[in-house]
Amino acid sequence: MKELQATSGLIFNESLLWEKGKKGRRGFSMPRRDVVPFPLAEGLAGDGPDFPDLSEVDVVRHYTRLSQWNFGVDSGMYPLGSCTMKYNPKINEREASLPGFAGAHPLLPPELSQGALELMYLLERYLAEITGMDAVTLQPAAGAHGELTGMLLIHAYHKSRGLHRSKIIVPDTAHGTNPASATLCGFNSVGVESNEKGIISTEAVAAIMDEDTAGIMITNPNTLGLFEENIRGIAEIVHSKGGLVYGDGANMNAVMGIVQMGKIGFDVMHLNLHKTFSTPHGGGGPGSGPVCVKDILKPFLPVPRITKEGDEYRLFGDFPESIGKVQAFYGNFGVMIKACSYILSMGSEGLRRASQLAVLNANYIKENLKESLYLPYDRPCMHECVFSDKFQEGAKITTLDMAKRLMDYGFHPPTIYFPLVVHGAMMIEPTETESKEDIDRFIEALKAIVAETGKDPDLLKKAPTRPKLRRLDETAAARKPHLAG
Amino acid sequence: MKEIEELFLPDNVRYAESHEWTRDDGANITIGINDYAQDQLGDIVFVELPDVGDTFEKGEDFGTLESVKSVSEIYMPVSGEIIAINKALEETPELVNEEPYNNGWIIEVKPNDPDEINTLMDSSEYLKMLKGEE
Amino acid sequence: MRYLPHTEEDVSSMLHAVGAENIDDLFSMIPGNCKMANSLNLPEALTEWELNTLMDSISKKIAVSPAYKIFMGAGSYNHYIPESVSYLLGRSEFSTAYTPYQPEISQGTLQAIYEYQTLVTRLLGMEVANASMYDGASALAEALLMATRVTKRKKVALSELIHPYYRDVVRTYLEPGDYEIVELPRLENGRTDISGVAGMNDLAAVAIQSPNFFGCMEDLQAIEGTIHESGALFVLSFTEPLAYGLFKNPGSQKADIVCGEGQSLGIPQSFGGPGLGMFACRMKHVRDMPGRLVGKTTDMDGRPGFVLTLATREQHIRREKAKSNICTNNSLCALASAMYMASVGGTGIRELACLNYDKAEYLKRGLREAGFKITFDSPTFNEFVVEFGEDFKYTYKKLVEQLIIAGTPLATWYPDLSGHYLLCVTETMGREDMDTLIKEVRS
Repeated sequence: MKELQATSGLIFNESLLWEKGKKGRRGFSMPRRDVVPFPLAEGLAGDGPDFPDLSEVDVVRHYTRLSQWNFGVDSGMYPLGSCTMKYNPKINEREASLPGFAGAHPLLPPELSQGALELMYLLERYLAEITGMDAVTLQPAAGAHGELTGMLLIHAYHKSRGLHRSKIIVPDTAHGTNPASATLCGFNSVGVESNEKGIISTEAVAAIMDEDTAGIMITNPNTLGLFEENIRGIAEIVHSKGGLVYGDGANMNAVMGIVQMGKIGFDVMHLNLHKTFSTPHGGGGPGSGPVCVKDILKPFLPVPRITKEGDEYRLFGDFPESIGKVQAFYGNFGVMIKACSYILSMGSEGLRRASQLAVLNANYIKENLKESLYLPYDRPCMHECVFSDKFQEGAKITTLDMAKRLMDYGFHPPTIYFPLVVHGAMMIEPTETESKEDIDRFIEALKAIVAETGKDPDLLKKAPTRPKLRRLDETAAARKPHLAG
Repeated sequence: MKEIEELFLPDNVRYAESHEWTRDDGANITIGINDYAQDQLGDIVFVELPDVGDTFEKGEDFGTLESVKSVSEIYMPVSGEIIAINKALEETPELVNEEPYNNGWIIEVKPNDPDEINTLMDSSEYLKMLKGEE
Repeated sequence: MRYLPHTEEDVSSMLHAVGAENIDDLFSMIPGNCKMANSLNLPEALTEWELNTLMDSISKKIAVSPAYKIFMGAGSYNHYIPESVSYLLGRSEFSTAYTPYQPEISQGTLQAIYEYQTLVTRLLGMEVANASMYDGASALAEALLMATRVTKRKKVALSELIHPYYRDVVRTYLEPGDYEIVELPRLENGRTDISGVAGMNDLAAVAIQSPNFFGCMEDLQAIEGTIHESGALFVLSFTEPLAYGLFKNPGSQKADIVCGEGQSLGIPQSFGGPGLGMFACRMKHVRDMPGRLVGKTTDMDGRPGFVLTLATREQHIRREKAKSNICTNNSLCALASAMYMASVGGTGIRELACLNYDKAEYLKRGLREAGFKITFDSPTFNEFVVEFGEDFKYTYKKLVEQLIIAGTPLATWYPDLSGHYLLCVTETMGREDMDTLIKEVRS
């Protein structure tokens, strides 16, 4: 094997913010005082927060050092299934920080915010085109927020027909946010099992679909990286009993320009701009979870909606059947700019190519690793594939051990222990922005790790050894939580 | 994870299919989870207990055990009223792992039917069930 | 395309390895009736230079400071953001990192968020804060749902002086469950009338915003007793956290849950998003709290470090029984606010808050002397309501042409306050600009 990707270097210890600094230091240029102080009413003033006083140098060193302990997409590959950790284009950052965008107040009279409204209008149109759906709201802040919005739309739809349906069908491969969002909307989740092919059958849905079921939430492609081939039949069954179909579009990266979500039976779906559309993950957010609907659900979309009359853009709030608002303003505009820039940079051919290459990369990994790791569904996959630790059971090595050892090889681990239908699951999604060489390196690393399980399993049990810290005591953290300093 | 042969399954308690143990302590019954359960769950970080005075039917869940990455319900092996809960588990949930049959006890119950405990399995029947399951 | 590294050679070699003739073969399992018949109808791909030109032109069609003098707050505030903060946020180890589920290679994010949590507890005077929520409005909705879990009651009381859009979001979130929302009216002095609460014993929470939508500081000390006597949790919401650099913090006034918008602390306004939902509560309620939490621990060599913890509350473990469905939050915005709070510092934040207060008071006094009524006489922070009169809408338009935006008209949300305007002054507004406004409205 060539020289390992991961090596070692000089990284620093860095204490906590309040362990640094000296009273009177300042890291901020205080604006000039051009007014006299005014007295404050008796008893109102507090002591002010106990923040440290730090110089700008203190602050810059602190966060520079902290950043050096992190792995990011810019450091190396994140083969995290269902997360689509693709490259985050830098030009998108430039656009989002343009002063006109960054400094925009959301309550400006519309004549003064035409640029912002225009950008949102364009993005809505592009997303409608990409999904083949009829109308879009950009208001939800993340995928789970989009799922909640979708559930609220479905709830409002049934309510408008005088119906109160209490159940939502959720596949066993669903992401945890699916049943959690259904619960937030007052629905009970009813499970449906995937078949031996790893997908949902029409019979399984027909067996449980009834007139107390508001609809089904289905991820397509699903979290096993497989296309739900029976989706049109499933949608028909749900529709025939008056239910609606919610599409979890987290895995859209596999099918842009290839599948038309609008004709496979979805009535409503969400997208993750921070997955498919390249906006940075930020260590946990912010994201953006636009929701796209068919005409049937348009009346219930959150307000305000962006309309165009002639050349003028407006915000229109008079939709009496709207579910209301899910965020105070219009959504994560700063994230939308980046996604819009991405779509404009890729164009229709670029997006299609991205999906094709994402699927090619995943299949390539699948074929190369299926001798080393157990592949529960040995069929062509989409943009991700799922292995397990079955072959390693004898050596008492788990998916967790292999994941931790991957860090020593310079890769972020894949998604582990999800989806739940595969015991010891390891879900790998390379995305299209990983080159063949990087993928080959990743394959070699995993093969080397599998070989280590036979020769020297301790290397895995003790991994990782190269990052700043070794495995952490999560039990103690949960038993005696220290959540603030 | 322990092998079946390594499990400690004492004879002085009876076992439910859902891996709780029950001990007849005269007027009342003490309940906890057995060695198989605590081994499978891993390090317990939090125990959610019912209130004294609550009543449950056999098979109903009366509390939860949390490890770092999972939550499991605990089920009543018999029907009855809760007369005591092990408050020590609030500060030291690890007792469930370390002493599942002694200081890691979870609840004390006044059974509706004092004979119901005999419908549960003894250690050899439980062992057989486990082996069948595997 | 510069984000797609594959060459033709790479593609053929990989197709060969997977046993496919061409790329379309990889999609053969998709039924024909699911596939697109045509290609996507999108604009032709732009070069980097064309994209810049396009975005430059679109972004110029928005009125921003310093060209415009914008006296608007109402939930979004113009504060200076140090260049050092923007620079540090641009470090891609922070911005391109994933959620820190693998703590060994995420200690940067984890320590930074632990520090953020700590600074928030100190700012708000509370025991524990989470790693962020989406915005102040959804944070309030989640706070009320949390209160219903803790108290096992289904009724909540909201002050009418909470931001109108926050109340909209609460109504949207609470609509599907059988919850009841009661609205508390206002007093003449611009504060909430809490008297109705005394008669209720089935409230899960009473929510008050301070500073409220009119910019007035609520008398938290006076109302806390009534709220707690009813058995409800005291939920305190805010849109301008800088106020707590100067005023008594909510924790000291016995709030149980404090939630609000952190955008003022180092995050650009960005047409309303992304913002930052700050959320804090008492330690005894922590297991009912939504959102991620970072905790301190040690690694197997005994070195101190951080991990995500108490995850059994969350959707990926608890699924339909989770406390919330939140997964992705606003982590990078939380990081920005921590960097901002670290830069401004304890001494600095007080000075900055005083500057905001004094500037707003200056404008208030100037307008009062110009003959306008300041609608509410309660103490305010950096926003206040002034009565300009029904005909002011013509003057407002004229001022816009002079690049001055004279506040937010209240008529849309409070029809009985038509002709009243909410004005905001932060440290970014100079005295000459305020003098100009006073002169213009006077004439």
